[in-house]
Amino acid sequence: MPLELDYLVESASQTAGPYVHIGLAPGAAGFDIYDRELGFDITGPNAKGERIRVEGLVIDGTGSPVKDVLLEIWQANADGIYAHPESAGEVEEGFRGWGRVITDFETGLWGFDTVKPGPTPGRNGQTQAPHLNIWIVARGINIGLNTRMYFADEEAANAADPVYNMIEWENRRATLLAQRDDSGDIPVYRFEIRLQGEGETVFFDI
Amino acid sequence: MRPPAEYYQRDRNMHPPALTPGYKTSVARSPRYSLISLDQTPSEITGPRFGHNDLDEGDNDLIYNYAKPGESAIGERIILHGRVLDENARPVANTLVEAWQANAGGRYRHKKDTYLAPIDPNFGGCGRTLTDENGYYFFRTVKPGVYPWRNLVNNWRPAHIHLSLFGSSFSQRLITQCYFEGDPLIPRCPIVQSIPDQSAIERLTAKLDMNATIPLDTVAWRLDLILRGRRSTLFENRLEGN
Repeated sequence: MPLELDYLVESASQTAGPYVHIGLAPGAAGFDIYDRELGFDITGPNAKGERIRVEGLVIDGTGSPVKDVLLEIWQANADGIYAHPESAGEVEEGFRGWGRVITDFETGLWGFDTVKPGPTPGRNGQTQAPHLNIWIVARGINIGLNTRMYFADEEAANAADPVYNMIEWENRRATLLAQRDDSGDIPVYRFEIRLQGEGETVFFDI
Repeated sequence: MRPPAEYYQRDRNMHPPALTPGYKTSVARSPRYSLISLDQTPSEITGPRFGHNDLDEGDNDLIYNYAKPGESAIGERIILHGRVLDENARPVANTLVEAWQANAGGRYRHKKDTYLAPIDPNFGGCGRTLTDENGYYFFRTVKPGVYPWRNLVNNWRPAHIHLSLFGSSFSQRLITQCYFEGDPLIPRCPIVQSIPDQSAIERLTAKLDMNATIPLDTVAWRLDLILRGRRSTLFENRLEGN
């Protein structure tokens, strides 16, 4: 008998579908069932660092906003520490670094408040530029899409970021940049995610 | 501290591709360029964690978690249960599992759902739980009804429960759907059939579990859910440091 490897196989992904909101963000969708909605508060009250807002659209291959998308955010704190035991260091009490956001169903606009993360450790002693890890699910998306949002005003850090610079097509790198707008009360970073077509966002197989 | 090990490469042959024209909505929502493969960094190896403080008791009981006192949701009473394991067959303990579904008539409590079947005033349609130390999870709910959806004009979704899983790293994040053994709509559903591998579809199909059924009360279905496994560090893997 030949030896059989006994690994299991990851369960197959299926689309989150049009009603993902009632499952994962019922309160934001106007459905009052849980006392505590998860993913509403990314930073908690004690987070250090610069308070920012991130806003954007997800746009499909026809150029239309995707109005039923759900995004999840995973980020480090201002010191570059993730709220996870394998990230060296401690985060502020109440800092989770994870968020969930849905769109305005009429316009497709989404937005969330957080703090700007610090640089994080990369592989082999390298440093990664500040970034948000983003996971995108929706009707018509068969398996969640992973991307990163970098900050356009972090030019020097971005220029040294190993992931940003690994993207072979230099003209596609800017699809990961959010542009800073200081005209309001707090800095707003605008980030468009294009699923397909001209300016298609870089997505990663992580 | 020992440098963290990477998770196994995701086998994309066991997942639906982004573009599956039979499921029409995927056509304009699927990237055309290849995904860029990333050597994992701490950004991918870490991920959110949840505890019992995040949940309320009864969140996993969809028959009662939205029902008026003394009432309950209408439909076939079922238990959906199983284990969350990784590809190394190790239990994934204390991980968040979220579920959402249509009611017994096939209607979601969602403002965008306009299907003829009525809302059940005692059924919300979502639940959540944490796996125990053995990776075990369970929900009590009603079996969801089938419903039509606009793809072809005569497409019907098989009975299904949406499931969301975290594991312990952002790279393990997964949303899927649980189907029920014997449902003749499974082979006719363009969303199910977006999965190219028949065995992968079977692994999303819950089996009737008479041993877990509560006699004269609730019938049980079992589905084990598998998340990506992780390398052990046989040699220095140079993820951090040298």
